[in-house]
Amino acid sequence: MTSTGMTSTDVTGSGLASSDIAQDTVILAAASPDKPQPYAELGLQDNEYARIRSILGRRPTEAELAMYSVMWSEHCSYKSSKVHLAYFGETTTDAMREKMLAGIGENAGVVEIGDGWAATFKIESHNHPSYVEPYQGAATGVGGIVRDILAMGARPVAVTDQLRFGPADAGDTARVLPGVVAGISGYGNSLGLANIGGETYFDASYAGNPLVNAGCIGVLRASDMYTAHASGTGNKIILYGSRTGLDGIGGVSVLASATFGGSGARAKLPSVQVGDPFAEKVLIECTLEVFRAGLVVGIQDLGGAGLSCATSELASAGDGGMAVDLDAVPLRASGMSAAEILSSESQERMCAVVTPDKVDAFLAVCAKWDVPAVVIGEVTDTGRLVISHRGEVVVDVPPRTVAHDGPVYRRPYRRPDSQDALQANTSANLARPATEELGGLILRLAASENLCAKGWITDQYDRYVRGNTVLAQPSDAGMVRVDDETSLGLAMASDCNARFAALDPYRGTQLALAEAYRNVATSGATPLAVTNCLNFGSPEDPGVMWQFREAVHGLADGCVELGIPVTGGNVSFYNQTGAEAILPTPVVGVLGVIDDVARRIGPRFGQGRTPEMLFLLGETRDELDGSEWARVVHGHLGGTPPRVGLAAEQRLAGVMAQAAKAGLVTAAHDLSEGGLAQALVEMCVLSDCGAAITLPPPDPFVALFSETTARILVAVPTSRIGEFAQLCDEHGQPSSALGTVTPTRPRLEISGVTDISLAEMRDAWSGTLPALFG
Amino acid sequence: MARVAVDVVIKPEILDPQGKAIQAALARSGHAGVTEVRAGKHFELEVDGAVTDEELEQLAGSVLANPVIETWTVTRLADGEAR
Repeated sequence: MTSTGMTSTDVTGSGLASSDIAQDTVILAAASPDKPQPYAELGLQDNEYARIRSILGRRPTEAELAMYSVMWSEHCSYKSSKVHLAYFGETTTDAMREKMLAGIGENAGVVEIGDGWAATFKIESHNHPSYVEPYQGAATGVGGIVRDILAMGARPVAVTDQLRFGPADAGDTARVLPGVVAGISGYGNSLGLANIGGETYFDASYAGNPLVNAGCIGVLRASDMYTAHASGTGNKIILYGSRTGLDGIGGVSVLASATFGGSGARAKLPSVQVGDPFAEKVLIECTLEVFRAGLVVGIQDLGGAGLSCATSELASAGDGGMAVDLDAVPLRASGMSAAEILSSESQERMCAVVTPDKVDAFLAVCAKWDVPAVVIGEVTDTGRLVISHRGEVVVDVPPRTVAHDGPVYRRPYRRPDSQDALQANTSANLARPATEELGGLILRLAASENLCAKGWITDQYDRYVRGNTVLAQPSDAGMVRVDDETSLGLAMASDCNARFAALDPYRGTQLALAEAYRNVATSGATPLAVTNCLNFGSPEDPGVMWQFREAVHGLADGCVELGIPVTGGNVSFYNQTGAEAILPTPVVGVLGVIDDVARRIGPRFGQGRTPEMLFLLGETRDELDGSEWARVVHGHLGGTPPRVGLAAEQRLAGVMAQAAKAGLVTAAHDLSEGGLAQALVEMCVLSDCGAAITLPPPDPFVALFSETTARILVAVPTSRIGEFAQLCDEHGQPSSALGTVTPTRPRLEISGVTDISLAEMRDAWSGTLPALFG
Repeated sequence: MARVAVDVVIKPEILDPQGKAIQAALARSGHAGVTEVRAGKHFELEVDGAVTDEELEQLAGSVLANPVIETWTVTRLADGEAR
């Protein structure tokens, strides 16, 4: 018997034109105004379709419809978020802009970091593709963000990943998590980029909609920045990189922005792309060489929406006109229609604008790297994007109407009625443990899914390739040297406690900002710029829209207070399963700079011969609403999150930067989820060294498990305590002596509370993920 | 007992980086006439009489192949036949 599974894929049964049918041209469209078109299946609303007709003065061709539908999707057009995102621009002051070379709207933000260097960084979501096909979804997420960084003229130097899954012991997490981690490592390790950090959280709200966010940092000389624009009539458009195939067609509009379970017009074609990291590696080197040789006017990576996006964005950012011939595009499949070529999301492709005299040199560099490259068109002064296929004009549109003048929605937003009840249900009534139970509680929390060691994940990533990694997981922030020739370093941290964001999205987003800022400061670096990846449910739900608006305002207002700009970001909506939205998850990334990476501060104490004392910087209040204790012990989420103290965070960052410079602090760890108890466990285990401490009065439980912000645990050599105390005094920084580092006693001794061996802590903290995932 | 062959390849419209690398290696080795290679996996299973065609199809599509990006064929082999 021979049977065939899943082979009924009909490559041409796409609902759009294929090679054996006469293609839909501009002339044909003008002559057949009443032909019904599948705009609804492509995700366009009636009024949006009507607007396209009015822009063009006729019905769109199939290729035009494909372009508009994908570029006007939520994912590409930011149609629901735009009106709120404008708040970032409105609140950014000139002082904040001072070091910013490129901001929101470019492929990635760029900031000056000193010595003529600049850095670019960004985080993007690849949530839905990673749910459908975890390995390839996560892998191509890495590939996509790396090309965004490359398109700014920068060499990508490090990646990070912000992951959120359903409960760690849920069946589907066993499918999704290992696949996502393998995809990130398979692609990133092959590409030769150090993975220096990120986050992993588990929560039931992500069970049907995991979040896979990917970040990348790049470095460049400040004078070498490139942007995506097609200027100069007669300049050539060169498409280079992998050939264009049928992968991911409809991915952006159908897969990336519609709730799971919907069936799109392209259901028969896989909306999944397979990445090739080795192709990406040569694409990076080839692109950096054409930059160095000065062969490029403007450049754009091909990501979501492929050529539709690249051609319309390049044209509208330049002189406004472009002519493109799709017959020149190297294809991987036969019989592809114009709509399919324009919508393909084949990976590892870039588009460059090159003056005619440099085309040969550009193509020669591509040939050297074995990168296919062809001229597909040129810049014109017509103000129109004109695309031909098989000798006929199939697209003739004003490019801005595709790329920038998409629909803008002022969706209703309203604080949900349930928010009051959520906030009223505080943790005050939860039973708190007796003092003799605290030792066991420390171990129980250390082993819980959100606090346990993430080494099972991060050990699969190459953290030190390229030889410039200074700090990586499990440090608070990742840090890389910008180049072999300098001691200048970049630090990056990203954070989001979505439980806090659920309780109060404004404050919760500021807490994410505060934590990422503090993590960068903990490493001794000075925070410089902010990016974000805002993951939310459906914007059509007024409650979700309210969360989103609050998050944007919280972040923007927080950045004003800290005096550092938001340089870019990403919005991912429709993260929900049925009517259930995920917890609002506004991931905030902070980039910092350090003059000398040799002065960085890591989390390990007891490494030298000098005796060290432990100090807790910052003040502790009774703040346990939304805490990991409330979650693990009581399964409780309610109340109001900890107070935000951005002035205190700034003061703390100032102290840490100076302490790093003067070498006053041997180790530091920020206090966040799990409070002081978790910070102590992690520092002891990572250091393979004990500590003996006395908790500040009055309540040992609050001292150990409160999640008050603006706190860092530091180790100071006893010989430097006087200088350190003086530094704190100068800054008005509250600090309390907790105890000593005890290299000869491998235990955590908390006076009058508990005494836990290092082995017990290590087993509890490190055992959880290996037990679940092997 | 019976022998069953399951062949798995990446769907035709999806990029096959492995096949691409093999094709490039062939071209470098003087076989420029080979213009495309699709690589896949071949499994041979020994099964007893209780294993039905439906079960074979199910296990092929859930364990041996990734149905999102791959296609597969299940073939019962005649006695002594090898593939």
